Amino acid sequence: MQMDGGQALLKALEYEGVEVVFGYPGGAILPVYDSVLDAGLRHVLVRHEQGAGHMASGYAHATGKPGVVMVTSGPAATNIVTPLADAYLDSVPMVAITGQVPYGLIGTDAFQETDTTGITMSITKHNYLVSDPNDIPQIVHEAFHIATHGRPGPVLIDLPKNITDAMNPDSAMTWKDPIPVDLPGFKPVLDGKPEDITAAVELMLQANRPVIYAGGGILKSRAAAELRALAEKLNIPVVTTLMARGALPDSHELNLGMPGMHGNYTAVMAMQESDLLIALGSRFDDRVTGRLDGFAPDAKVVHVDIDPAELNKIRAADVAIRGDAKNVITAMLDEIGSATSVDHTEWRSKLSGWQEVYPLAYEPAEPGGKLKPQMVLERLRDGSPEDTIVASGVGQHQMWASQYWKFDHAYTWLNSGGLGTMGYSIPAAIGAKAGMPDRTVWAVDGDGCFQMTCQELITAAVEKIPIKVALLNNSYLGMVRQWQEMFYDNRYSEVDLSGPVPDYIKLSEAMGCVAIRVEDPDEVEAAIEKANSINDRPVVVEFVTESEENVYPMVPGGKSNSEVVVPPFQEKMAARLEDER
Amino acid sequence: MKRSQLAETHTLAVLVENKAGVLARVAGLFARRGFNIESLAVAPTNETLSRITIVVDAESAPIDQIKKQLDKLINVVDIQELDGEHSALREMVLVRLDVEDESRVAEVEELVAGFSGSVIRVGGTQMMISLSSRPNDLDDFLGKLQPFGVQELQRTGAIAIPGIE
Repeated sequence: MQMDGGQALLKALEYEGVEVVFGYPGGAILPVYDSVLDAGLRHVLVRHEQGAGHMASGYAHATGKPGVVMVTSGPAATNIVTPLADAYLDSVPMVAITGQVPYGLIGTDAFQETDTTGITMSITKHNYLVSDPNDIPQIVHEAFHIATHGRPGPVLIDLPKNITDAMNPDSAMTWKDPIPVDLPGFKPVLDGKPEDITAAVELMLQANRPVIYAGGGILKSRAAAELRALAEKLNIPVVTTLMARGALPDSHELNLGMPGMHGNYTAVMAMQESDLLIALGSRFDDRVTGRLDGFAPDAKVVHVDIDPAELNKIRAADVAIRGDAKNVITAMLDEIGSATSVDHTEWRSKLSGWQEVYPLAYEPAEPGGKLKPQMVLERLRDGSPEDTIVASGVGQHQMWASQYWKFDHAYTWLNSGGLGTMGYSIPAAIGAKAGMPDRTVWAVDGDGCFQMTCQELITAAVEKIPIKVALLNNSYLGMVRQWQEMFYDNRYSEVDLSGPVPDYIKLSEAMGCVAIRVEDPDEVEAAIEKANSINDRPVVVEFVTESEENVYPMVPGGKSNSEVVVPPFQEKMAARLEDER
Repeated sequence: MKRSQLAETHTLAVLVENKAGVLARVAGLFARRGFNIESLAVAPTNETLSRITIVVDAESAPIDQIKKQLDKLINVVDIQELDGEHSALREMVLVRLDVEDESRVAEVEELVAGFSGSVIRVGGTQMMISLSSRPNDLDDFLGKLQPFGVQELQRTGAIAIPGIE
């Protein structure tokens, strides 16, 4: 079939089953946008290209399908650099289409020319610069294959204008359906070696203080059920990292919650005192390990990852298994058969002792005091449907959301874990809602993050993607302020956002949202109920919160996890309990 | 510094697809991961594949991690770590000398012959020489050549292929 490269691109996206594209038109991608009008897919017109990238990412995480972002060359391509880097670090399957100046002009510093493949080389799994429109079907097919197989990640396709423009003879092509992908340099290994599975299971059966250290890879391989089966079969407690919240229900008795810098005390200390860490799709990130030479000093390590470069990268593994988490856990379950692990009663009792003394907790507000952000999140959690999808920005509110939400479903928690991208939540929530229109989607945001990407609320309003935003407004860049309080002698440098502008209510209303401001604790529940009842437009609820609340527990940067700091009131309580004994 | 005096090195024979930008991908990976390249040589082996020989400083990162990160590049087809014993490893050098006194030309010719090198051209007191050998031999050769007035030299970096089992 004869067509031009622009038509071929849209046909190729349809061929891959793409239902939604998040994008923004411009010069070099103009011919492709002409074909968008005739295509059988939805295009969501964003207000800034960065938003399109995070929407694609949120869509991918919530639906499990690759997200697609399409923008023009030059500044548009550089505007998606942040979401590409974000998706790369968090292993999110995405395909980015960028326009490029005509092939013959590449290298001449033409208008809106950037070396997009060069710029994105280190933040994509792979990228392509297409020179022949006849290659489009196969390259698009390869891009989706690479993005979604092995360790997922973003792939970029740069399309020079001459090969997509119907008015240019260079764009003429003959459509041929793509052939199955066979890349000599890309052969993901899914099954672990049997001898390694046997060795791992042997360690797991014998460990006295085992902990499953579940990472984002569990979700990427759709292995939540297998994880649960493994934990239950051997009665092994599980910590779920920031990227794995929801991989095991928080209500499950074996779930210790989130480990790491702001993890809860029991999850942190369980890893520290463990004699066997079973790392499944996790990568020993510094935010989890704290100072590495003090991390889990007595633990042997079983490490399962689909990306062999993660094995033995940070922490040497006693048994390193290259494979997909789902396949490997299934093989482990087979290998275990009817065998039972050694008794963990003592270990479990130690853990429950910690949980009793050091639960996640905060001091309630004084009467007449400002809202506590943790309380707001608890009310939001309790007042929203159980399978609500929560997207968060980056900072204190992110940690509180991860700590105080109860994630009982996989794929309900979206955040920027690796890159720590402020402003992630609103566009990610829009992407998730576009893919899962029947679910309630809340963006939990801080006032700093909100001001970075709130313009996408216009997108949400215009495109009728009714997300809800819980804006925790503490008038500070809260996490930076906390570090300045704790480690820079209270010298607050450039963290004050107290305004008096913007007026978040007027701003939100101007963007087509229903906006509610809450300052009184008694109004919290009613505001949440009202927000949850509105489904025809986006809602922003501004919670004016305590300004100088800190996130606890905290492992100070560069310190060992054994030096985890609990909130001051808990120290006193723990000391009193100790005395009573 | 002579190469033989450098820290321990590893030699990788890397087979890559002949695609635009593949050398930039390999070089960029080494740069961003902090792996030090001692030398790098690349040329096509046929229409679809190129072979890159990379000599890396083993102290900059564990060789295992370097190989795994390289293997993640989609265009990298195969990586072999070569040992000096069994693999064939050669490097070439081109040297231009001005020996200043025509009587010394014969001395240099003798030196070159001793290393099985070749004299490409002699013009008055100027000479152009090539030698292909093991990198250690090149070090040795260049050391001996130094007193003869080396004006320019270019080494290729090692190229290597796996040996006979």
